[in-house]
Amino acid sequence: MIYLTRRAEFSASHFYQNPQLSAEENRRIFGKCNNPHGHGHNYTLEVTVAGEIDETTGMVLDLKELKNVLENEVLRVMDHRFLNREVPIFATRIPTTENIAVEIWNLLAEKLPSGRLHRIRLYETQDLYVDYYGE
Amino acid sequence: MVFLTRRYRFSAAHRLHNEALSTEENARLYGKCNNPYGHGHNYTVEVTVCGPIDASTGMLIDLETLDRIVEQEILERFDHAHLNLDVANFKGRVPTTENLCVEIFNLLWDKLNGRGLARLEKVRLEETSSNFVEYMGQSPNPVKGVISEK
Repeated sequence: MIYLTRRAEFSASHFYQNPQLSAEENRRIFGKCNNPHGHGHNYTLEVTVAGEIDETTGMVLDLKELKNVLENEVLRVMDHRFLNREVPIFATRIPTTENIAVEIWNLLAEKLPSGRLHRIRLYETQDLYVDYYGE
Repeated sequence: MVFLTRRYRFSAAHRLHNEALSTEENARLYGKCNNPYGHGHNYTVEVTVCGPIDASTGMLIDLETLDRIVEQEILERFDHAHLNLDVANFKGRVPTTENLCVEIFNLLWDKLNGRGLARLEKVRLEETSSNFVEYMGQSPNPVKGVISEK
């Protein structure tokens, strides 16, 4: 078993608000992240695939195909978007780094050309990241 | 279950020296780190907590709470301090990166666990960009999702 990681970057805006809470509670819990106009980050995504090395190609999976899957399933959906307004899942779920990482897992898990999705690591800033292993 | 990691920085001085050993043995064992005047590092500490995402907030842990705990327990204690001379934690213990990493884990364990559903998973301490230590508590392989013993 070997683990291959590919990195991709995207930029998006978001804000944190739970409509079931009052305006005061939202401000208290989410602070400046509650600004309804949104704010943005340059996210760095690391996708780790686990698998066996194919004897013919010497590869776990074709990096071009992985790049295409990342482009189609994640970057096309999230890059240069206002996540709350433009990504349907975040109409009802707060686009925290935690929830974005889980959503990226869900978008990618069934789409890999080969190998098994092992980990999603999502950096919101260089000092803050979330790991999700699918469970 | 998600794992969230936050990075912090502090600078401190130390001297690697074991009182139980002779001057020669200390010099041989610790080399230039045994310099009696001490020396310093810019440490980077990564704190990883894990747990379920809170359905109401979408968050694992409130970052302001995490920052406040790390500030109070770690940064105020160790930043711009001489670890051997200024910090009670290293009386009688050599402030190696290993011991400092374990000490940081233990200081945070008591403050982080019992707050909501998040628990401390790992402390990773970089002494230099080429040199780091990771500690996950006493259990050598803590099972994900199970609170490991300190």
